[in-house]
Amino acid sequence: MAFPHRPDAPELPDFSMLKRLARDQLIYLLEQLPGKKDLFIEADLMSPLDRIANVSILKVRSLSLRSCPSFLFEQLCFLVRPRIKNMRYIASLVNADKVAGRTRKYKVIFSPQKFYACEMVLEEEGIYGDVSCDEWAFSLLPLDVDLLSMELPEFFRDYFLEGDQRWINTVAQALHLLSTLYGPFPNCYGIGRCAKMAYELWRKLEEEEDGETKGRRPEIGHIFLLDRDVDFVTALCSQVVYEGLVDDTFRIKCGSVDFGPEVTSSDKSLKVLLNAEDKVFHEIRNEHFSNVFGFLSQKARNLQAQYDRRRGMDIKQMKNFVSQELKGLKQEHRLLSLHIGACESIMKKKTKQDFQELIKTEHALLEGFSIRESTSYIEEHIDRFGSPRFFLPVLRLLCLLSITENGLIPKDYRSLKTQYLQSYGPEHLLTFSNLRRAGLLTEQGPGDTLTAVESKVSKLVTDKAAGKITDAFSSLAKRSNFRAISKKLNLIPRVDGEYDLKVPRDMAYVFSGAYVPLSCRIIEQVLERRSWQGLDEVVRLLNCGDFAFTDMTKEDKASSESLRLILVVFLGGCTFSEISALRFLGREKGYRFIFLTTAVTNSARLMEAMSEVKA
Amino acid sequence: MDCYTANWNPLGDSAFYRKYELYSMDWDLKEELRDCLVAAAPYGGPVALLRNPWRKEKAASVRPVLDIYSASGMPLASLLWKSGPVVSLGWSAEEELLCVQEDGAVLVYGLHGDFRRHFSMGNEVLQNRVLDARIFHTEFGSGVAILTGAHRFTLSANVGDLKLRRMPEVPGLQSAPSCWTVLCQDRVAHILLAVGPDLYLLDHAACSAVTPPGLAPGVSSFLQMAVSFTYRHLALFTDTGYIWMGTASLKEKLCEFNCNIRAAPKQMVWCSRPRSKERAVVVAWERRLMVVGDAPESIQFVLDEDSYLVPELDGVRIFSRSTHEFLHEVPAASEEIFKIASMAPGALLLEAQKEYEKESQKADEYLREIQELGQLTQAVQQCIEAAGHEHQPDMQKSLLRAASFGKCFLDRFPPDSFVRMCQDLRVLNAVRDYHIGIPLTYSQYKQLTIQVLLDRLVLRRLYPLAIQICEYLRLPEVQGVSRILAHWACYKVQQKDVSDEDVARAINQKLGDTPGVSYSDIAARAYGCGRTELAIKLLEYEPRSGEQVPLLLKMKRSKLALSKAIESGDTDLVFTVLLHLKNELNRGDFFMTLRNQPMALSLYRQFCKHQELETLKDLYNQDDNHQELGSFHIRASYAAEERIEGRVAALQTAADAFYKAKNEFAAKATEDQMRLLRLQRRLEDELGGQFLDLSLHDTVTTLILGGHNKRAEQLARDFRIPDKRLWWLKLTALADLEDWEELEKFSKSKKSPIGYLPFVEICIKQHNKYEAKKYASRVGPEQKVKALLLVGDVAQAADVAIEHRNEAELSLVLSHCTGATDGATADKIQRARAQAQKK
Repeated sequence: MAFPHRPDAPELPDFSMLKRLARDQLIYLLEQLPGKKDLFIEADLMSPLDRIANVSILKVRSLSLRSCPSFLFEQLCFLVRPRIKNMRYIASLVNADKVAGRTRKYKVIFSPQKFYACEMVLEEEGIYGDVSCDEWAFSLLPLDVDLLSMELPEFFRDYFLEGDQRWINTVAQALHLLSTLYGPFPNCYGIGRCAKMAYELWRKLEEEEDGETKGRRPEIGHIFLLDRDVDFVTALCSQVVYEGLVDDTFRIKCGSVDFGPEVTSSDKSLKVLLNAEDKVFHEIRNEHFSNVFGFLSQKARNLQAQYDRRRGMDIKQMKNFVSQELKGLKQEHRLLSLHIGACESIMKKKTKQDFQELIKTEHALLEGFSIRESTSYIEEHIDRFGSPRFFLPVLRLLCLLSITENGLIPKDYRSLKTQYLQSYGPEHLLTFSNLRRAGLLTEQGPGDTLTAVESKVSKLVTDKAAGKITDAFSSLAKRSNFRAISKKLNLIPRVDGEYDLKVPRDMAYVFSGAYVPLSCRIIEQVLERRSWQGLDEVVRLLNCGDFAFTDMTKEDKASSESLRLILVVFLGGCTFSEISALRFLGREKGYRFIFLTTAVTNSARLMEAMSEVKA
Repeated sequence: MDCYTANWNPLGDSAFYRKYELYSMDWDLKEELRDCLVAAAPYGGPVALLRNPWRKEKAASVRPVLDIYSASGMPLASLLWKSGPVVSLGWSAEEELLCVQEDGAVLVYGLHGDFRRHFSMGNEVLQNRVLDARIFHTEFGSGVAILTGAHRFTLSANVGDLKLRRMPEVPGLQSAPSCWTVLCQDRVAHILLAVGPDLYLLDHAACSAVTPPGLAPGVSSFLQMAVSFTYRHLALFTDTGYIWMGTASLKEKLCEFNCNIRAAPKQMVWCSRPRSKERAVVVAWERRLMVVGDAPESIQFVLDEDSYLVPELDGVRIFSRSTHEFLHEVPAASEEIFKIASMAPGALLLEAQKEYEKESQKADEYLREIQELGQLTQAVQQCIEAAGHEHQPDMQKSLLRAASFGKCFLDRFPPDSFVRMCQDLRVLNAVRDYHIGIPLTYSQYKQLTIQVLLDRLVLRRLYPLAIQICEYLRLPEVQGVSRILAHWACYKVQQKDVSDEDVARAINQKLGDTPGVSYSDIAARAYGCGRTELAIKLLEYEPRSGEQVPLLLKMKRSKLALSKAIESGDTDLVFTVLLHLKNELNRGDFFMTLRNQPMALSLYRQFCKHQELETLKDLYNQDDNHQELGSFHIRASYAAEERIEGRVAALQTAADAFYKAKNEFAAKATEDQMRLLRLQRRLEDELGGQFLDLSLHDTVTTLILGGHNKRAEQLARDFRIPDKRLWWLKLTALADLEDWEELEKFSKSKKSPIGYLPFVEICIKQHNKYEAKKYASRVGPEQKVKALLLVGDVAQAADVAIEHRNEAELSLVLSHCTGATDGATADKIQRARAQAQKK
């Protein structure tokens, strides 16, 4: 059962234009430097670049493509992210050339934009005059027909941990680009401090360039901006829909995955593009894993039947079959065997006792029962799996425990931390300090006394001021209030009998029917009401009193079709489970969702971003 | 109109020159012009007079006075000259007055006598004093050339971008040249000078002697030389009263003339119009004015008063105390129409129109005559063109009326030339007005362009007229009205007698949100006049924060700039301000400022993390942020320090910081780490192998794997490793070693804190069912079923489950029953279940 969309589901806009734009701009920038040149491409940009421009295109432009410092030509072009580390690297190369008495032309192309701090570093290193700088405004990569990624994984750490707001402008620019290409968005909603800032910056950009989009008919009726810190819980859960599971197990990078020998059942690993064009994958990507195997075997039988048809064919039919169908069948066959291989590999890893226990513990945490058992389970985990490669999964559980329980009780907090440090090394003292700052792993106690004070104070003042006070307090101790929110929004479905994962009845199916993703539920609720009305309490519990907004234009230019297209912007990353859940919601309600994320994330990536690891 | 050509003077056979009055001067001069230094700007520009320039006394009454007038003699400014003695005055292309002092300093004044700036022409000039100076115009701007007391030349081709060039020496030059001028050829300025009978050309590399071709013999000295407006032609006046005229390259002679006056002329200038073949030079003596060209006779005028010649693109302006006149060659179109007995089509059309107005049938006759020759189009064009060259509106009107009349009889005459001429003349008449005083001719206007004319009106603060012209010509707002309003606002902020509030309000009222107006530019001007408060008020109207910030920084309102930058959400802008603040404030104040701006603080911290670690430390120190300081040192302990001593020291600092931060947990953890590091070092020394940087867990594991059980236990005690962990750890390590004997011993050492199921599990993992079974029996009752299933003893598992009467366990066992072998067991369970349900 793939998600066949309702017949009245709107068509998605064509996002391949974004690829063309980026490609043309890059070619233009490279042509500014005529003649042969060495091109240094930062590793992080390699995959996105690969998705929009064949390396062959670059070769046609008489470039020699290399990523090691043994450069050949008199012109050297760097294609990099605006990071200080990169600037230092470039400076070391240029200065080495200077010492060796070589004169070359250097050009640095920043993607998606240049930062003043980078130029500063170039200046401090004394090479500002030697290099020319340019910007390649490549901020939106269409990973799939409905998924745009900014490919900025550092957004999460920079903003949510370090409080660095520099990427917000990039987000605003990207939204501006979308609205110039696909028309204005008549309805805007958002939640989160970052969402609000990005939205306001974007509005300012639109005002400065007014007139451009005014007359256009909107193609996308709604836009919803959401900060990752509104819902950490969903991102911390183990994923059990196929695409999410593949991401958790093999790590999908820029829309493609490297299947190792254990999947390909040969001695080579294979890079596979995972998107809607892969017919087999398209049908199983949103499925709960328990259904995938059955589906695949059904598919295999069908395929066999199609192959078998040729038995009774005469020569003409055979000719037809070979020329028209065989290729498709073979292709399908190849993909099918790959995904079966992947499933087997996942099964091998996941169906052991451990994984079942793990899921059970997660569900217990989400539902808030047998907390003691869960805590001991985690402690046992720490004690058992001392080797450093396990530090992420355990950390994730700790965070999940903290958020769902509004912080750990002090005794547990100390003992779990001690255990953790003993197992995974003392540098994680910094990791804990990071997690605390981000509100992912906290200690109960002072926060609770604050709540008491707060509730007293808020009785005395107006609602609005109360919201402000809540924010003030929350900045002191970010409390998650998960339990209360869960109750308000009914995130834990009441189970009567078995949850039928084959015919899901709500978005909870992406977590085996145990939990409706909070982020998706918020989106669902707001879209239903077309505003935040009636959700005041939830917003307050989310510590977003001042940062939930709605903005509607009264114009009736939007067609009913466009009003069922919704762009969801995840600031700080979204998971494949969330995507699957919203795709499901869309199918139920006749919407189509389009996803824009700073990067696709999962629990492991979140934890990595927060940890301090020895270099 | 018989007398219309009365002021036309023929020169040779083909050309007429006419002189007409532009203005009668209203300037009420007390001195004679000859007692003043005079400078008049081309294109109908202003006139500057410096009275008493040569008086040296200090008495206030006889101090030099600098007066500036419009071309019509309206006073624009007057100021007492307090600086040093002035040698020469001149106007730049931007209508700025350049006053060259004797010491080589050049003072620059605006049209309204406002001091702009000054610059020096170099040390050499300062030492040798200025003997003579010229201001000249090139396509790059305005230049200054100076002849020093040492008879050397220094010049700068563009005063806006001052680059001094010292010209080479003229060999054997003992006295000042009798005359000299600046030539511009191939975009390079040269100097031509005359010394006795010789001419020298100086370029920046060399001095070469030159001889004009066809120069009459007997010349012993050159008294005057003149270069045409476009630098194309040169005229030389010799002591024999002979005038040589040729190209400025000195390659070709055009003509010559002998005027038989040996006295040196006061002024000599070229008088020619673009695209005309006629060449003529106007020479002025005290009381005589002579126009000479390629003709045996000259045109002579008597000068009643002391007069001054101003060369223009298409003629010469002549002003004296009472009048301002224009002398030029009559343009071809006017000549055709107005020449006596002319039968040119334009002349006939003009006549026809006049007759038509008189309601005479002659009109028809004239018209027919033109039409028969098929020259009506030409006639209309002639009339339009001639109208442009007329100064009197009446005459312009009648010519335009004739053109319009002629147009009626043409089918397809494009109207734009007529319309444009009407518009241009309207603009020209407006600026020629006595009160405005810019006597531009049509050709000059076209050369100058409307944009420059508007600039000049703005410069004269004639904002309403400029705006009217913009509206009349329907210029786009950004180039036209808004630009002028912005200039107006910039002027407005200089009115010091009006309060800040009033000025700001007035400006906002008039400008509103007019497109293309930059409030930050206006504010910058206000700041330039020292009105910081007004500038800040004006900046409030600026919608783009990016534009506000640089000026605020310049005004040293850095903190306001910082909050504006933060408001803008542009982190680059914030960063710019931060760096500015960092240089401006001392470290303490800078950090204090940061402290109040969390967004800026995070940004700066991020930068420091990568680029300036020491600053980061200082930042935390300043804030007494001991928690972060501790983290900082911890990071340093593994990122920056290599030696073990250094690392321990860094950790000690960290621990101290954590204590100060009252984070005892972190402090203790850090101290443990210090102990561990030292211990690991000792282990490495004693046992060899790699211990450093392992976690405690891994250290113990490594010890067990290496067979150092004693040490491992000692370590566990020292670091108070909980029993549970130690058991897990040992279990895993021993199973990894497959040391089953030791494992069994260990299992019996005391009661396992983790139970015995893990023993079973780990043996199964290592595929040792035999060992697993040993432990299965010791597993506690709750996990017994699981353990038995793990070792594959389904039957016993079933017994236990039945004994427990546990439904979940029963189904678990059932799910492990496979096919035939366990059929009996399965039946047993089913039976037990059935029994259980009965009860």
